Amino acid sequence: MNPVNYLYLAALLFTIGATGVLIRRNAIVVFMCVELMLNACNLALVAFSRMHGNLDGQIIAFFTMVVAAAEVVVGLAIIVSLFRSRHSASVDDASLMKL
Amino acid sequence: MSASAVHSLWTTAATDPIDKIGAPDIEYGQLSPTLIVIGAAIIGILIEAFVPRKIRYYAQVFVSVVALAAAFAAVVALAAGGYGTTKAGIAAMGAIAVDGPALFLQGTILLAGILGVFTFAERRLDPAAHGNKVDSFAAQAASVPGSDSEKAAVKAGFATTEVFPLLLFAIGGMLIFPAANDLLTLFIALEVFSLPLYLLCAVARRKRLMSQEAAVKYFLLGAFASAFTLFGIALLYGYAGSVSYATIAQVVDGTVAEITPALAGTMGNDALLLIGTAMVVMGLLFKVGAVPFHMWTPDVYQGAPTPVTGFMAAATKVAAFGALLRLLYVVLPGLRWDWRPVMWAVAIVTMLGGAIVAITQTDIKRLLAYSSIAHAGFILAGVIATSPDGVSSVLFYLGAYSFVTIGAFAVVTLVRDAGGEATHLSKWAGLGRRSPLVAAVFAVFLLAFAGIPLTSGFAGKFAVFKAAAEGGAGAIVVVGVISSAIAAFFYIRVIVLMFFSEPRPEGPTVAVPSPLTMTAIGVGVVVTLVLGVAPQYFLDLAGQAGTFVR
Repeated sequence: MNPVNYLYLAALLFTIGATGVLIRRNAIVVFMCVELMLNACNLALVAFSRMHGNLDGQIIAFFTMVVAAAEVVVGLAIIVSLFRSRHSASVDDASLMKL
Repeated sequence: MSASAVHSLWTTAATDPIDKIGAPDIEYGQLSPTLIVIGAAIIGILIEAFVPRKIRYYAQVFVSVVALAAAFAAVVALAAGGYGTTKAGIAAMGAIAVDGPALFLQGTILLAGILGVFTFAERRLDPAAHGNKVDSFAAQAASVPGSDSEKAAVKAGFATTEVFPLLLFAIGGMLIFPAANDLLTLFIALEVFSLPLYLLCAVARRKRLMSQEAAVKYFLLGAFASAFTLFGIALLYGYAGSVSYATIAQVVDGTVAEITPALAGTMGNDALLLIGTAMVVMGLLFKVGAVPFHMWTPDVYQGAPTPVTGFMAAATKVAAFGALLRLLYVVLPGLRWDWRPVMWAVAIVTMLGGAIVAITQTDIKRLLAYSSIAHAGFILAGVIATSPDGVSSVLFYLGAYSFVTIGAFAVVTLVRDAGGEATHLSKWAGLGRRSPLVAAVFAVFLLAFAGIPLTSGFAGKFAVFKAAAEGGAGAIVVVGVISSAIAAFFYIRVIVLMFFSEPRPEGPTVAVPSPLTMTAIGVGVVVTLVLGVAPQYFLDLAGQAGTFVR
């Protein structure tokens, strides 16, 4: 199968993730959408790696997984601490600071 | 039957063993600044695990300051050894560049880091709780604000001394960021310095709800921006078949040595190159806080603990502009006719947007946040110049700006009332009558932000605007001068408020800091005035450091 099709899929997943970040209101769901974007990046990297016949893209994909895991650790800690103090994980409720 | 004969009944030796992967050559000496800082951060974590709670604070501050000073000494030694000029080269198998801009910015980040540690370690501003001295950070970040567990933690005298290793990890990432010489290192460095900063934003002692809110916003938007950066990296990798800066530059110029059939197919596809560049640059502009990627800046600057804000405002900007310069000047000079118009537009809206919105602000931290956005625009004017003068003027501006910023935010920590820091501008009325020294020092910083002669701000602005004008960006200079005038209005307004209005009876008091914060403020004032009165030596230094290695 032509690897370009995987690039289209990656672009589609990335767009779905980006749209989700912009329209969803729950911080956890927003964060999941960011993870979807990172996975779309991984798919694109691996597809390009296959096209070029070198391993750089696959190695970056491994690093991305580690970064995504680290991001989960930090992100969930922050979101859970916000939830515990407000009993809400909605990003709209977090509006103490306005102009 | 011998053992090997039995073994050979059901196994066979691989006929051609896989090519052995050679061990990489690492130039430990040239990488020593980063290695020292990251090593100290790991020691800091071990201190958290094994050292008794009572002496953790002292151990952490000691380790942090010694490590940063040693790393700065290493940077100076490398620069004195010619690694910034004649011996500039690429280390760690092509991952890290050791050259003039990298060393200059690393030195700046390390000095800002030392001052950052001083402001982090300040424990005299808040009144002691249950006989224990307290700093700007929560007793126990995990406990809900106002809960019993938090009260118990305060009573027990807990302190979040983890902030020091987190700060060191952030500095370690920032040291790599402007020196990164391939896109993978760029991305990893971006995450290594961003993740600790997200956490540091969330742990304020006072106004913790705001602090947590700032952290969530910074985290979600930061992760969003780094996903864009990563997709851009994927596209650039797809375009060039490599993540090394030098190779991508060759592919962009069409001078690459060996063209494989796959590369021949992708390098003709400008969509990959242009969209990839746009997405990576977008991620970097997010980190420097340029309009239209600035939305996080005011909220995060306001909500984060003020020492963190000061450090972040100074050092993140230095690191991110370093990475942006290297990307545009080393990887994409062949594309400058495409990125320059976009950067023109971004610089103009950033300068004007930051300056105009700042006028309406009523909170001193938000005001400084918008001022930092406007300054990002001024620095972008130097980036647009695409000349050696452009690089050196940006380096000088970053060095000057970071000391002013840390000093200004350190002053903000001193003005306090019952609820902690009094950041509303109306409370600063008449501060000059009540504590003339603090108000005068803050006035010096504001004048430097405004770019008044005899301060470092003037020398820096003059350098970037001169470089931009010579680089053919005259219109940018005109807009820059206009927005400087607009910005001067609100800086002067604060000065007028401090010196020429009546102090309010219920107004805030000025806390007397320990020598730590005094040092941070004092160094800020001295650097501001020295760079303003006699900038030539430092301009020459930045000029010598202005050549990237490829």
